[in-house]
Amino acid sequence: MTDETDPNVVEAVREHPFFHGFDPEFVHAICRQAVERHFAAEDLLAKEGSVAEVFYVVLEGKVALEIGAADNPHLTVQTVGPGEVLGWSWLVPPHRWRFDARALKPTRATALHAEVLRRTLAGHPAWGYQFLVRFMPVLAERLENTRIQLLDIHAR
Amino acid sequence: MLAETDPGASGAPHPLAPVPYSVRAVATETPDTTTLVLEPVGSRRIGRPTPGQFVMLYAFGVGESPIGVAGGNSDGQLVHTVRNVGKVTNALSHLTPGDTVGVRGPYGHGWPIAEATGRDLVIVAGGLGLPPLRPVIYQLFAHRESYGRVEIIYGARTPKDLVYYDEVQSWRRRNDLRLQVTVDAAGRDWYGDVGVVTTRLPDARFDAGRTTAFVCGPEIMMRLTAQALVGRGVAPDGVWISMERNMKCAVGFCGHCQFGPSFVCRDGPVLRYDRVAPLLRLREV
Repeated sequence: MTDETDPNVVEAVREHPFFHGFDPEFVHAICRQAVERHFAAEDLLAKEGSVAEVFYVVLEGKVALEIGAADNPHLTVQTVGPGEVLGWSWLVPPHRWRFDARALKPTRATALHAEVLRRTLAGHPAWGYQFLVRFMPVLAERLENTRIQLLDIHAR
Repeated sequence: MLAETDPGASGAPHPLAPVPYSVRAVATETPDTTTLVLEPVGSRRIGRPTPGQFVMLYAFGVGESPIGVAGGNSDGQLVHTVRNVGKVTNALSHLTPGDTVGVRGPYGHGWPIAEATGRDLVIVAGGLGLPPLRPVIYQLFAHRESYGRVEIIYGARTPKDLVYYDEVQSWRRRNDLRLQVTVDAAGRDWYGDVGVVTTRLPDARFDAGRTTAFVCGPEIMMRLTAQALVGRGVAPDGVWISMERNMKCAVGFCGHCQFGPSFVCRDGPVLRYDRVAPLLRLREV
C-alpha cells in the first residue's frame, strides 16, 4: 500500500459502474493507498478468516466466491465479474473474510484500502450515507439470490 | 348418446387414443434425465408440433405424462427430454431403442415466434426449461435474419444438471447471439458463471422497448425472471412463460390443469406474463 493516490486507479474507480455519479472528491479520497492488483487463474483474492484489508472493485476477469461444505470443500456459490464489487467484510466487524475468493481466469481489480474507506465514510457522513445507499442494493440482491439458491428450485 | 359423440364410433381416431411410436435412440443427459428420439411405427403419426407445444407420452401399462417437445423433423420424428420424477417418467426413462410408446397430441399453444419477428429476443431457460425452448432456438437459427439481438440465458442447479451440454457449447461459437450459462452452485471444475439466472440479466444486451422474452423453467424462476425483465423495461405483454400443471386429458375436458380462468393444456402451456402475473402470486392456484 502507498500513501500516494495513483491517478490511474482513481480514473478506473471513477469509471466503474458501482461508482458512477459519486462526488469526484469522494472517489479521490477513498482511492488513497489503493492499488491495482492482477491475479492469475487460481490465485486467491481473499482467504476465509483472514483480515479483510481491502474492498475489491473488479475491472476484468471472473472471481469465484467459495465456501466450504461438508461434501465439497470448495463450493462456488457465486461468481463476480467486471462492473461488480467484491467484499463486505471490510465494513462489518470483525473485518474478516467470510469466504474464499478465487480468480477463475486472469483478473484485474482495484483494491481499495479498508481502513481508508472506513475512515472516509465515518468522517463524512453524507458520503457515508451515499455509499451505503449504493452498497445496500448489492447486498440485498445477493441476499435475494442466496434465498433463491436455498429454495433449490431446480430440484422441485 | 355416447355413440353419437364418440369420434371413435365414426371411424375417426379417438382424441385420447395414442399413436404408436418406436424409440429410435436414447441419450442420457444427466443421472435423472433422458432424451428420447421417437419415430412413427407405421403410417399413422401425430401432427407436426410447433415450438412450445407438448404431447402426452404413454408408457404402455403404466400411464401417461405430458412432455414438452424438444425437437423433431418433417418425417414425424419427435425428440423429448424426460426427467425421472415419478412412475410414468421412470418407465419412459428406462425405454430402450426398439421399444414402443404411445403418443397423442400435439397440444396447446406454443411460443409466439412469429410475433417476435423483427424484435430482440431474450430466451431464459432454467433446468428442464431448455427442452421446450430448443425448437425455438433452432427456428431462430434457421431464420436468424428475421430477428434483432438474441440473448440466451440458461441456468441449472449444478454443472452436471445441464442438459444438451455439447450442443449448448456449439451455440456459444455462433457470433450472432450471446449465450450465458450459469449454475446455482459448482465445484472447482467449473469455470463458468455461478448464480441464479436472474443474476445474468444485467449483462444481457437488448433494446427493452423492442424485446420479446420467452421464459421456461421452475415457476419461481419464471416469476422472478419476468419481474426482472419488466424491471429492465420489457413490456409485460412481451414476456411469455410456459406453465406446468397436472395435465391429464390434455384436451380441456378434465380440468386437472386449471389455472385461474385458463386450462393450461388448452390455453397454454405458453401464456403471456401480464395475463397470469396476478395468479403467480397466489398460493394454491
